[in-house]
Amino acid sequence: MTEPPLLEVAGLRVHFRGRGGGMVRAVDGVDLSLARGETLAIVGESGCGKTTTGKAILKLLEPTEGSIRFDGVEIARHSQRAMAPFRRRMQIIFQDPYASLNPRMTVAGILEAPFAIHGIGTREDRPDRIARLLRLVGLPEAAARRYPHEFSGGQRQRIGIARALALDPELIIGDEPVSALDVSIQAQIVNLLRRLQQEMGLSYILISHNLAVVSHVADRVAVMYLGRVVETAPRAALFFQPRHPYTRALLSAVPGQGVQRQVLAGDVPDPAHPPRGCAFHPRCPIAIPLCAEAAPERRDLGGGHSVACHKVDA
Amino acid sequence: MIRFILRRLAQAVPLLVGVSLIGFGLMHLAPGGPLAIYTLNPSIQVQDIERIKAVFGLDQPVPVQYLKWATGLATGDWGTTFFGGRPVLATILERLPATLLLMGSALAIAILLGLGIGLLGAVRRYSVFDALATSGALFALSFPTFWFGLMAIWIFAIELRWLPSGGMYELGEEGDPLSLLRHLVLPVMVLALVITATWSRYARSAFLEVLGQDFMRTARAKGMPLRARLLRHALPNAAKPLIALLGVELPFLFSGALVTETIFGWPGMGRLFVDALGMKEYPVLMGLMMFTALFVIAGNLIADIAIAAVDPRVRL
Amino acid sequence: MPPAEAAPLLAVRELAVHIPDPPHLLRAVDGISFDLDRGETLGLVGESGSGKTMTAMALMRLLEPPLSRLPTGEVLLDGEDLMRLPEGAMAALRGHRLSMVFQEPMTSLNPVMRIGAQIAEPLRRHLGLFRAEAAARAEEMLRLVGLPDPARQARAWPHELSGGMRQRAMIAIALACRPALLIADEPTTALDVTVQAQILELLRELQRDMGTAVLLITHDLAVVEENAHRVAVMYAGRIVETGPVEAIFTAPRHPYTAGLLASLPRIREEPEPWLPEIPGMVPGAGDRPRGCAFAPRCTRVISGCVAEAPPLLGEPHAAACWNPLHD
Repeated sequence: MTEPPLLEVAGLRVHFRGRGGGMVRAVDGVDLSLARGETLAIVGESGCGKTTTGKAILKLLEPTEGSIRFDGVEIARHSQRAMAPFRRRMQIIFQDPYASLNPRMTVAGILEAPFAIHGIGTREDRPDRIARLLRLVGLPEAAARRYPHEFSGGQRQRIGIARALALDPELIIGDEPVSALDVSIQAQIVNLLRRLQQEMGLSYILISHNLAVVSHVADRVAVMYLGRVVETAPRAALFFQPRHPYTRALLSAVPGQGVQRQVLAGDVPDPAHPPRGCAFHPRCPIAIPLCAEAAPERRDLGGGHSVACHKVDA
Repeated sequence: MIRFILRRLAQAVPLLVGVSLIGFGLMHLAPGGPLAIYTLNPSIQVQDIERIKAVFGLDQPVPVQYLKWATGLATGDWGTTFFGGRPVLATILERLPATLLLMGSALAIAILLGLGIGLLGAVRRYSVFDALATSGALFALSFPTFWFGLMAIWIFAIELRWLPSGGMYELGEEGDPLSLLRHLVLPVMVLALVITATWSRYARSAFLEVLGQDFMRTARAKGMPLRARLLRHALPNAAKPLIALLGVELPFLFSGALVTETIFGWPGMGRLFVDALGMKEYPVLMGLMMFTALFVIAGNLIADIAIAAVDPRVRL
Repeated sequence: MPPAEAAPLLAVRELAVHIPDPPHLLRAVDGISFDLDRGETLGLVGESGSGKTMTAMALMRLLEPPLSRLPTGEVLLDGEDLMRLPEGAMAALRGHRLSMVFQEPMTSLNPVMRIGAQIAEPLRRHLGLFRAEAAARAEEMLRLVGLPDPARQARAWPHELSGGMRQRAMIAIALACRPALLIADEPTTALDVTVQAQILELLRELQRDMGTAVLLITHDLAVVEENAHRVAVMYAGRIVETGPVEAIFTAPRHPYTAGLLASLPRIREEPEPWLPEIPGMVPGAGDRPRGCAFAPRCTRVISGCVAEAPPLLGEPHAAACWNPLHD
């Protein structure tokens, strides 16, 4: 562990004013770290704060509290202007690329925009750069002259990836990048992301609810529930020695494993009114009275495995 | 609920102050000022005008005049008319029933007709009926209200002699409901025609929106017959935007009533307004303006409460 | 005439929905046939554009004009051809003998009608129950689908319920009259994974208790693997493979099914570094090739594939392929 991490997030909180006037603690004290070339997956169900965490890291949302260190530089309090040099180095891919691609622009126009905004290259060498990007994501060069609506979902996601790659970023945050795609296309995009990581040394934060996909691409996994990380572990440990009861329930709910299922009762609570103590305790099969009183601290189990649960001994 | 109403009433106060300021300002800026009817009359002496000014308090500074008038408004003393010296509020209120009768009947007919036409047009979209309803509404909206009024008088009162051409009662028949009804038909018909034209368009698009919703498909999948799907599922959902529109449309309904009352000599508030305008009867004009503003505010408040009643997602 | 004992509950024969879109003819559903027995679950699997939802809508006769005139073929429910019924008679069957649960629990309930009333509606319409009886049965259904405090939930408005609870309410509506056939179109796709597990288990329980046949439509092979007895895989408007669930998942015969199964990520100790891909993409309904629609993406393509579409052959495990696997 000589090289410092590319990204280090500590005590991140993002609070919104809710519709009723109360505070929604969308992200409530999240610690994460990401090494260079690593893929960290953030998994959880709707309302767990995984997307908000991703947006806060990119400063697309203003963090309420906490520290975000990117390549050693604290950026949590950076103004939009101070963020400009970092914007090149951190990019995002969305779930629905169609919604994020301007329908009136050709693919060439979409891919040229990052160069123009950051003043990179000359007008003359941009067609070459665009052609190279298209080759990189497996699209024909002729795609440059066409419009987003002429492409299928998988191809649009390739365009979204090409745009994210335009400025040679170091970190890419994928917010459910394959969730809207059909199974046969999903495999193509998963493989593409992995190949790009190997070729370009990218670091990924993959935000997903699909544990099966995550199990294929992640080096480490963080499980979130109602704004907090309940368990973090290397891939194998998380999937085969999960410690937190929520992680176990989540894994057991994944269909198609032929295992005895432990079905979790109830729904994810409203993030505006989280339960007291450990937010998971009303649905937890092994809760003890303490769980309703105090939120458990994160405990290090060694080997990069940490968990926030009163019932797990360090 | 009570808190909501109180809050809305509190919000209405600045609006009313604004309306009253504008009205008051306009009156003083008009050629000849508030006493134009005298100042522009060469046969009246300057001393007389000064005397009249003193009587009505118009010799005092304008802000003082406004404050006096505004305090009066709040306490129910809306001033007195120039001619006859009658209380303004009473003058307006005695015209109110006639206007309410005309507007209420026209609105009720137009809403029922408009809902029916809009619903049929939405269900049988692009059918012959839908095309006829669309072009009919367009036709009705492209002619001014007074043209329809005059045409109605010409056809039904002058040519066919079926109905009286104006007024509320025949001479000597005051208070006779049958006579009232005969006089009501033409103005209500004209006013309802114009409202139905807009209303059927609104209803059509509101129903089209609702008919495309997932829960309408659920209702079909449950085996509910068309009638039940439209009345129990589509109508309550379409009601919300339509009630909101009704609140917004209220001022336009007033202007429609004004024209109709004038043409048919209907002794309502609209007629009072036109008469007062002709006589430069400023206290009455100001009173009517404030009354209309109050009416529109109340209408919108009622619309909001009605929306909360039909939609459980809306909480006051 | 009562149906013979051996006759299936539902027999679909050459069901097709061809949509004229000059100069093309979009074959959204292109002549599909399958049977479904009482108490059985058939998983109808396909990717977007495969025609699986259109199939369900055609079965229920829920397509809106102008599409409503297009379906052809036979849909025999207990021997009665639904396609030939007048609309009134069909409406009397919907929600009664066959019913449907949709993908979007958030929008599929009427927002201005209480939950209980929405469940009571089909009971009053089809079983002729009076208001009080229907209300009591509605509450009973809510208890059956696992809503806590059914008496209170019956008076709740849809927006007061979570997505999972709304889908339970939708299931209560669909099963209120104890239909023989339930069509569930992506019933858990919009739900979180822990809630999906709850809903699928609920459907299994209710099916066992009521003996309902279920047509489970989904894009998710893993969901089908655990919840269906038999599977039909659709591609480009046709069924390309059908058979018992074990046979399909252990020894798929159609290259498309095999490709789909291989590309499905699974949680393993040592995952293979690359997910097997199916190259290319699903052809649009307007530009399907003349022969087998999968031929342009198929690794096992032979000369016959481009000439003529293969028939669905084999019993009970059938594949529509000129060069199938595991032969």
